[in-house]
Amino acid sequence: MIPIWLYAGDWLRKNLKDRQVPYLALAAAFSFVIMMFNVPIPGGSTGHAVGSALIAIILGPWVAVVTVSVALLLQALLFGDGGITALGANCFNMAFVMPFVAFYVYSFISGKTEITSKRRILAAGVAGYLALTAGAFATGVELGLQPMLHAVDGAALFPYGLSITLPAMLIQSLLFFSFVEAIVTALAFAYLARSDPTIIFNYTRRREQMKDPIPSAPV
Amino acid sequence: MDELLRNLLIVLAVMIVVVPIGLLAVGTAYGEWDIGVSSTWAAPIPDYALPSLGGSFLNQSLAYWLSAIIGVVLSGGLLILIGRAITSRN
Repeated sequence: MIPIWLYAGDWLRKNLKDRQVPYLALAAAFSFVIMMFNVPIPGGSTGHAVGSALIAIILGPWVAVVTVSVALLLQALLFGDGGITALGANCFNMAFVMPFVAFYVYSFISGKTEITSKRRILAAGVAGYLALTAGAFATGVELGLQPMLHAVDGAALFPYGLSITLPAMLIQSLLFFSFVEAIVTALAFAYLARSDPTIIFNYTRRREQMKDPIPSAPV
Repeated sequence: MDELLRNLLIVLAVMIVVVPIGLLAVGTAYGEWDIGVSSTWAAPIPDYALPSLGGSFLNQSLAYWLSAIIGVVLSGGLLILIGRAITSRN
């Protein structure tokens, strides 16, 4: 995860604009709070949305890497949630796999459609759904490998192998949590695209000049 | 303030107000069980709960609200600091 953080920091140094800073702060705060909304499912387990699909679509995947990592770091440090030892894995799943899956799915489905088109709202929803599912898949793989990697006195600290962890993580996501992430992502995207499309990642560069017949004067 | 920013702050505030809904879920996320391994780090508010407050839903909610506010202020504050530090150099 460390090289990913270093690259993300470098990307921000090159691309971050003044007016995006408040949105950066909001993104991290939003991600922190949404992960506190535990969703109960049959079977006694819980889960939650992450918000990193939305952040990746609105502010770009590298911004999502940084903001969601900060939210996860504070969770681990202050509230013992996830834990320090799992921070790298958690960040990889929720602050790297999720934002990039979301961003590429969203871009692929959106194509060259208008920013306020219904197709983009659908794209955001599908991106949220597949991103959370991919994050859960990665988590399932990591958990399922634990019995082979870590054991104390011959007994695994985490006892279940891939044949249990993968279906467990995937089924609860596909049926429940991925829908939550999808709905949050689609609704928030629809609102943001209508309110101020200029904050959306990759928007200004492509569209503004086409709509504005008078070329903007050099400042 | 920018109208969109103001509206987003309102949404965030509403999310904090209703955050105790997240306490209604009983159980732990898959794989996040306590496996009894002594932790290398003592979190100041473990599991978003302050046992000294007592276990009623209202008291749990107070601790949960406090946690949400601390988390939002610190994560937002950290990103403002990081963002300012980066953009002021450009």
